[in-house]
Amino acid sequence: MSVAEATAGTQAKQPTELFGKKERKIVKDPLWDNNPITLQVLGICSALAVTTSLKPTLVMCIALTAVLCGSNVIISIMRNFIPNKIRIIVMLSVISSLVILVDQLLKAFSYGMSKELSVFVSLIITNCIVMGRAEAFAMANKPWASFLDGLGNSLGYSIILIMVGFGRELLGSGKLLGFQVIPEALYQMGYVDVGLMITPPGAFILLGFIIWIQRTSSKHFED
Amino acid sequence: MLAELFSISTKAIFIENILLANFLGMCSFLACSKKIETAIGLGFAVVFVLTVTTPVNWLITEFLLKDGALAWAGLPTVDLSFLQLICYIAIIAAMVQLVEMILDKFSPTLYNALGIFLPLIAVNCAILGTSLFMNTKGYAFVESTVYGLTSGIGWLLAIVGMAAIRTKLQYSSLPAGLRGLGITMIITGLMAIGFMSFIGINI
Repeated sequence: MSVAEATAGTQAKQPTELFGKKERKIVKDPLWDNNPITLQVLGICSALAVTTSLKPTLVMCIALTAVLCGSNVIISIMRNFIPNKIRIIVMLSVISSLVILVDQLLKAFSYGMSKELSVFVSLIITNCIVMGRAEAFAMANKPWASFLDGLGNSLGYSIILIMVGFGRELLGSGKLLGFQVIPEALYQMGYVDVGLMITPPGAFILLGFIIWIQRTSSKHFED
Repeated sequence: MLAELFSISTKAIFIENILLANFLGMCSFLACSKKIETAIGLGFAVVFVLTVTTPVNWLITEFLLKDGALAWAGLPTVDLSFLQLICYIAIIAAMVQLVEMILDKFSPTLYNALGIFLPLIAVNCAILGTSLFMNTKGYAFVESTVYGLTSGIGWLLAIVGMAAIRTKLQYSSLPAGLRGLGITMIITGLMAIGFMSFIGINI
């Protein structure tokens, strides 16, 4: 959607230093003012599916960061050799190779978590953030800038995901990372967990409100 | 057999709706639900591609990728299941291309109506997701085909319903920050509550 306009400004530059002003801008912009989920509308599926509690949310964020940074760098290195007509399939094969790596690592070192996330790690392949950034940024920029863009966007994605995961676990089961946070006394006074937050509709509605807050604060409105 | 297939269909369309319960295919759902015509076109394209790719991916898993699946070729100890993802995505991309070419040849009207949406389907996570779910649920060939078809129908229902609501929504006055994506998410949530009422129906 707004990807094209968003990157148009950063496209022509030639990075000369590692952490110059432009480089910092590439990382900082997607964190809030051009957030991939709430403003670019990319990668919403996984933002909802894995956020029932905070722990799988964090694992998902790490997995996406690894894939996005990796794919941005590799595609950016290859950008001059990829024929334009078959670029989609080339990108898809780069991305799916990286996702297979992450998936196998997760299965090897944290089998329980890999079962809990089920198909959603595999679905990073079709996560629009990865394809979107490869197409909009990595195909036109040098590897270092692309790496920073991948980092910024995955952090922006993580911020929203952690907000949703935090809200859903706290309101839905009164816990954070599996530890009871809401005191027992409150339950005795009649407090009840919001069961809706654990279910799919709760995720949609909570994300709706987060988008509302985010867009109001960054002054981005649709008509 | 028939009762089982009926149960799979009801589950895929209403109870475990691919969009409202599993959150798959959200991107195109949000982007293409502004007008009913486009929603219907994209919906049918998704149904079609799902019905074709799910059984094909089942065949690939069964005869090429599964542990010991290559026994027919004299290689009973080979396990290629780590290639699952890359094979599925290649099959999906190839199928979408094939569907595009077949439609172009035999039904140019439908091709023109769907034209722009067809290539988009390759990166719709509902397609890959259905294949992966089909695999984890361990369906047989016929069941997989029915599961693919009915998942697609569930997605079609959701996107057409949303397009209808959003057409009406244009005339309402909303807080500026909620317009567009925000309100769409909240309405999707309300729709999901509606579909949740099917949970507990035992067929």
